Amino acid sequence: MPDISSSTPLPGQERFVASVSDTPLREVDAVDTSAPPESQWKEAWKHLRSNPLFWVASLVMVVLAVMIAVPSLFTSADPQYANLSDSLGPARDGHPFGFNKQGYDVWARTVYGARASVTVGLLATLIVALLGIITGAVAGFFGGWLDTIVSRFSDIVFSIPLLLACISVISAVNNLWPDRGYWGSIMVVVLALGAFAWPQITRQMRGAILEVKNLEFVDAATAIGASRFTNLRRHIVPNALAPVIVTSTISLGVFIVSEASLSFLGLGLPSTVVSWGNDISQAQVLVRSGDNLDVLFVPATALAVTVLGFILLGEAVREAIDPKARKS
Amino acid sequence: MNHQEPLLQIDDLHVGFKAGRKKILPAVEGVNLVIYPGQTVAIVGESGSGKSTTAHAVIDLLPGTGRVTGGRILFEGTDIVAADRRKILALRGSSIGLVPQDPMSNLNPLWRVGFQIKEALIANGVAHGKEADRRVVELLEEAGLPDAERRAHQYPHEFSGGMRQRALIAMGLAARPKLLIADEPTSALDVTVQKQILDHLDGLTATLGVAVMLITHDLGLAAERADHLVVMYRGRVVESGPALQILQDPQHPYTQRLVSKAPSIASQRLSSIKARAQVKEQAVEQAAEAAAEVAGSADQLGEGSGQILAVENLTKVFTLRGARPWQKSHFTAVDQVSFGVQRGTTTAIVGESGSGKSTVARMILGLLPITEGRVIFDGVDIQQMVGNDQRLKFRRQLQPVFQNPYASLDPLYSIYRSIEEPLRTHGVGTSKERETKVRDLLDKVSLPSTVMSRYPAELSGGQRQRVAIARALALDPEVVICDEAVSALDVLVQAQILELLNDLQAELGLSYLFITHDLAVVRQIADNVLVMQDGRVVEQASVSEVFDNPQQEYTRKLLDAIPGGSIPLAGV
Repeated sequence: MPDISSSTPLPGQERFVASVSDTPLREVDAVDTSAPPESQWKEAWKHLRSNPLFWVASLVMVVLAVMIAVPSLFTSADPQYANLSDSLGPARDGHPFGFNKQGYDVWARTVYGARASVTVGLLATLIVALLGIITGAVAGFFGGWLDTIVSRFSDIVFSIPLLLACISVISAVNNLWPDRGYWGSIMVVVLALGAFAWPQITRQMRGAILEVKNLEFVDAATAIGASRFTNLRRHIVPNALAPVIVTSTISLGVFIVSEASLSFLGLGLPSTVVSWGNDISQAQVLVRSGDNLDVLFVPATALAVTVLGFILLGEAVREAIDPKARKS
Repeated sequence: MNHQEPLLQIDDLHVGFKAGRKKILPAVEGVNLVIYPGQTVAIVGESGSGKSTTAHAVIDLLPGTGRVTGGRILFEGTDIVAADRRKILALRGSSIGLVPQDPMSNLNPLWRVGFQIKEALIANGVAHGKEADRRVVELLEEAGLPDAERRAHQYPHEFSGGMRQRALIAMGLAARPKLLIADEPTSALDVTVQKQILDHLDGLTATLGVAVMLITHDLGLAAERADHLVVMYRGRVVESGPALQILQDPQHPYTQRLVSKAPSIASQRLSSIKARAQVKEQAVEQAAEAAAEVAGSADQLGEGSGQILAVENLTKVFTLRGARPWQKSHFTAVDQVSFGVQRGTTTAIVGESGSGKSTVARMILGLLPITEGRVIFDGVDIQQMVGNDQRLKFRRQLQPVFQNPYASLDPLYSIYRSIEEPLRTHGVGTSKERETKVRDLLDKVSLPSTVMSRYPAELSGGQRQRVAIARALALDPEVVICDEAVSALDVLVQAQILELLNDLQAELGLSYLFITHDLAVVRQIADNVLVMQDGRVVEQASVSEVFDNPQQEYTRKLLDAIPGGSIPLAGV
């Protein structure tokens, strides 16, 4: 003990006792019952609600959804009706953006094209997420040789460029099954994208599972007698899902672009299917001639706005779920 | 005494955190504090009391939206609050040094330790080039790191926690500041390492004449190290004055509470030993009744013997990966450990991190395979158990409470679901009956039933630990294994949880296996102690024997390390 303590205290260090009324004593570790209870998801929703980007994205989603469900609300023209005398005709009453080379109504085709594009995006995301979550969970949870096999296989698939793989697969299918109709064509594109895009989710899921499976609540569940599988299903996977949800929302936009790219190359959906990719592909020759550029711009803008909407939604969800991503 | 000018003077300091557009949440309200050159002043308080915020205001390192909203901070007569940025930058490091709280995250893992200290020297213009390199080695030596020249070229991951904290002390003192702010410098370390480091820091600051502002939650530690104490509670100073006076004659009810409850101080009291003896008596009685029931029941595992848990020659060998895939090495984490737990009593396993104490607990819980030896639960060898049925019975009767209250509850499960989960897993009762049971359990751990719909993130560490205890008790177990169950909590909350565990033991006749690194809490909860070092049991005796007459050098070292042990208390 230093000698200062025994002598008189220095100025400013005299004994001081605050009056109890200034800081009344609380019960030790009392529960704050004033705030309403909140789960992690409720908290995320609260954060999402206050994000303007989320509302912009939601508006795009709602408009798209209505467009897909009741396209006739937006246009009275028939997307499959063509009159060659209207070829590249300018806008007129009931046809706000004029006609394309074959004489189809540009706006009508854009409205009806939403269905194919968004369906491809949604279904491909669903397949990729399911494949990725299952393979990633198995690899991360069981580890060992199973992990090695899944990880190496996903690395191999990951190393093949997505578009290149889809081009080869769809060309092959075109030879085997040339006439496959509207839904057949969509399914082929969806499956091709799904078959090659899952490794990204697998990797992410595997990493998240590795992190979660060593947390104490997993041990606590084991100690009450929960089986390994119950543990995986009830505790580990739900806690590892957040990053996967975020990536999936963002990749939805990527799949819509991929479909457009494939259709642009003449490989995605056949020209009988009304889709943005097809329309953009057919309109590109016009860029040089300078005739009615709306033929190109309208479907291209629709595509851009949709993809932007999904990416904004993904970004907003990411900010809401992952507090580290928030800008303070 | 010569009349000195104060080095640091804080007048009526107010700090607030911005929440929303106009709202400011006050964190520090009207704090007054004076530090003289060469003096050690401790700020004591629980988490959220504003002690760290006060310290961070002094070096203008308030996190996030924190702002000084009023008052003055005078350092050698100049007001830091009103000063411009350049002036504060000049003060940081060269006049005011900081030793941060968490040695694990405060060193950049990408740079060599020596380089990071050199940075501090160059930034403050103390030394450059070769000269700086030489100085780094000197500083590390001074901070008590052996083989400093080699250590300076290592990366942080090659250092243990204690060594990292020494490196951070070297960094804080690099530019020979006049004031060193030590923010809970040893909270993350083992008690023995804590003592070494604080002893060293004491010596060093005394030789260099550096004033120290020590931030801690442990009153015992503060009183042992500081001349002047400032006790903070809910953003205000509730009591301040000479350390000894405060400890022997606390005036404010909060300080009185701290002095009477903090385990480091309470462990010295005879009253806590008497209280424990009473608990044990009741618990053993209750346990005997429970044992008679077990013996007569086919539902339960075991034969109702007096010794509920016996461990014989328990050994765990881990196989470690070597430098090449085909090279393997073996590491014996637990070596021939044997002990027994009598019904209704508590056996504590004490040791530093790496002593193998948690590995023992995990093997008994069946979370880790046993390399060698036997664990016998109430007459039944747990490795000989056949079938799921018997294993589930065993799980029901042995439950854990883990160390980290932030990780031991599933964040996606509401409190109700968390406590109900064991009942559901074992198919106990209807959903109505389960709800009644959960309410009853919450009541047992003194939590209001309104927390049922809440989620773990909304509760404090102590409250979560109470939920974890309620969950462990859901299946009416006979043995509860507490693995560092109170180590992560504030002292008062620690005392509260220990009290709760004692009450439950007396009421239900539970037997505890209590794993801890802190001998101070042992006296309030345990009857027998096992001291472990490097996987071996070095001493095994009753609590009073270990405290009053330790046989081993290592045990004595652990006892010495309890902070505040050397302070004479009034009314022991």
